[in-house]
Amino acid sequence: MRMLRGIAPAISEAIDQEMAESPNTVVLGEDVTYWGAVFGFTAGLQEKYGRDRVIDTPIAEQTFMGLAVGAAATGMRPVVSLMFVDFLGTCFDQIYNHLAKNHYMSGGQYRMPVTVVTAVGGGYGDAGQHSELLYGLFAHVPGIKVVVPSTAYDAKGLTATALADPNPVVVFGHKLLTGHPGMPFEGEEEDVPTDPYSVPFGLAAIRRAGIDVTIVATALMVRRSLEAAARLADDGISAEVIDVRTLVPLDSATLVASARKTGRVLLVDEDYASFGTTGELAFRIQAGAFDRLTAPIRRVAVPDVPMPYSEPLERAVIPSVAQIVDEARALTGVPATAG
Amino acid sequence: MWRPEPSDTDLPFRIAEAGLDRDALLDAYRRMCLIRVFEEAIRDRYWTGKTDEFNMAVGPIRGEIHLAVGQEAVAVAVCAQLTDDDAVVSTHRAHHHAIAKGVDPARLAAEIFGKVTGLCRGKGGEMHLFSRNKRFFNSGIVGASYPQAAGAAFSFLYQEDRNVAVAFSGEGAANHGTFAETLNIAALWQLPLVIVIEDNLYADSTPKWAAQATNHHYQRAQSHNIPAYLVDGMDIVDVHEAARDAVNRARDGYGPTVVEAVCYRFRGHFEGDPGGYRTREEVELWERLDPISRLARRLQRLEWADDETLTELRRSAAAEAVEAIRFAEQSPLPNPVEALTGVFA
Repeated sequence: MRMLRGIAPAISEAIDQEMAESPNTVVLGEDVTYWGAVFGFTAGLQEKYGRDRVIDTPIAEQTFMGLAVGAAATGMRPVVSLMFVDFLGTCFDQIYNHLAKNHYMSGGQYRMPVTVVTAVGGGYGDAGQHSELLYGLFAHVPGIKVVVPSTAYDAKGLTATALADPNPVVVFGHKLLTGHPGMPFEGEEEDVPTDPYSVPFGLAAIRRAGIDVTIVATALMVRRSLEAAARLADDGISAEVIDVRTLVPLDSATLVASARKTGRVLLVDEDYASFGTTGELAFRIQAGAFDRLTAPIRRVAVPDVPMPYSEPLERAVIPSVAQIVDEARALTGVPATAG
Repeated sequence: MWRPEPSDTDLPFRIAEAGLDRDALLDAYRRMCLIRVFEEAIRDRYWTGKTDEFNMAVGPIRGEIHLAVGQEAVAVAVCAQLTDDDAVVSTHRAHHHAIAKGVDPARLAAEIFGKVTGLCRGKGGEMHLFSRNKRFFNSGIVGASYPQAAGAAFSFLYQEDRNVAVAFSGEGAANHGTFAETLNIAALWQLPLVIVIEDNLYADSTPKWAAQATNHHYQRAQSHNIPAYLVDGMDIVDVHEAARDAVNRARDGYGPTVVEAVCYRFRGHFEGDPGGYRTREEVELWERLDPISRLARRLQRLEWADDETLTELRRSAAAEAVEAIRFAEQSPLPNPVEALTGVFA
């Protein structure tokens, strides 16, 4: 029994175990040595593998992402840290035009076995350019696998799967789940096996079984949805909570099966509401469960505004447990109780 | 960059200095001819169905075509220094680099024609050419080649296999941030990288004077303690000399080099380019510096090749190009179901 606090040490352990087996796996990015990619995703690796394999780069995201493209084309398996996902604007060309497309455009000649690890999420006052999720942008582009763990167990196992994958994979680590000092922590200590293991992509997890409403969420929103489900149970509402785990590939079957069972679906997302993940999930669910839905699909997501700084403003836009409870109640037709 | 045409006594000396001899020059001549004839044949087929009204979607070759007519010497001289294990990362203008790197012209042509026998099974097209067995790849995004070649160079350094990576680019690309960023990392890590800038004076239609604060880029390499050469890109001997030093330096562990070769594209930025940004006189002036006929004149001056020899080399190159185009034209198109395969490995 070994308890881990947060997804960051779980991810770094997965990378460590891969590096021990695969000499051509290297870590690239800003502050990946002393600071372990700031949030701890690469903590301890430099001490073990040295600066030849754990490499601090200049602040030049498009260039170190391009390095990964060229290195992957010539036999390496780079792990790239993109410190905050909000920095994608400085390197997205290399991600979506090259990492994502080179296998297809080359007629299958060039694989791009690159794992990008990036920190996401708000709720601690980092405002407009350091608080986003943006995984919908990555998932939109064909050729990138998108991993959104909510537990340390999954974080280690999904990262192991990412590192073994011959395709580009982006692992989105929510800052409020990292367990990193200086960050609020909404996860819990977990028993995570020390031995290597993997969690397959494309398999959603039913975190709580229920019959009245299906709540679909990712990352931090899984935690909040579980808390909401516990409160809903006090009102006699039985909520099923599904952790999507990977957006690409997406386990539509589990979502559809749950929706067919409960007839009501609430999508909870910390990414922006419009033209993104919730819209796609709603499409997939209705396509398979339309005849069993008893109400329109609802969602709680970040409204279409940049992340504000001041605490009451930030609280107003990031989905909270109370909002999830209210939406689920409304969906099931149970009026909100006073207080 | 500019040196006057060498005297009869100086010419052999310069050729030897560049590490060249008669056989190497005859081989380079044939290779440049192959590129030239290939490009002209592609141009000919591209315009099929497009002459009455220019429409990129019509004819046997669709989309854009970026020909390298006039720029053959740079590609041939640089790639002459490379093995199959060395990497070349090219640009939207890539046919000459691919052929010079040894990519099969027939499969290259087939890709340009969108055929299933193409390098990329018709999924790449002329701006996205890949050949894994020749370690050749490129990007249609200007400026993207630098960090990718640096990544290959990093990989070679890490794996200690003495291979070299080459990034080709135009002078316009060197105004992109990736150039400055890559210079910094390449110098910092002493990567076995050669950056080749084909300065053809125009970024699309934009002349250098409208886009560049300095007339050349090589000084920026020097400011990172990276050796740099400014060479006559219409002179294969001049490019060869610099490229040989650059590749040897990279292979022997002495880090990156920049080779800036001033050259000229005789055709537009793309076929169908409406022009207007350069005069006929200017184009004709540069055509007099045609690297292929310039080399032919030198070979004759040295009596290393007579008319008959040169004609035979041109004929053999033309036959190879014609065969490549024939292969492409006769190859089948891909089955539409292939469109949905191969996103992931």
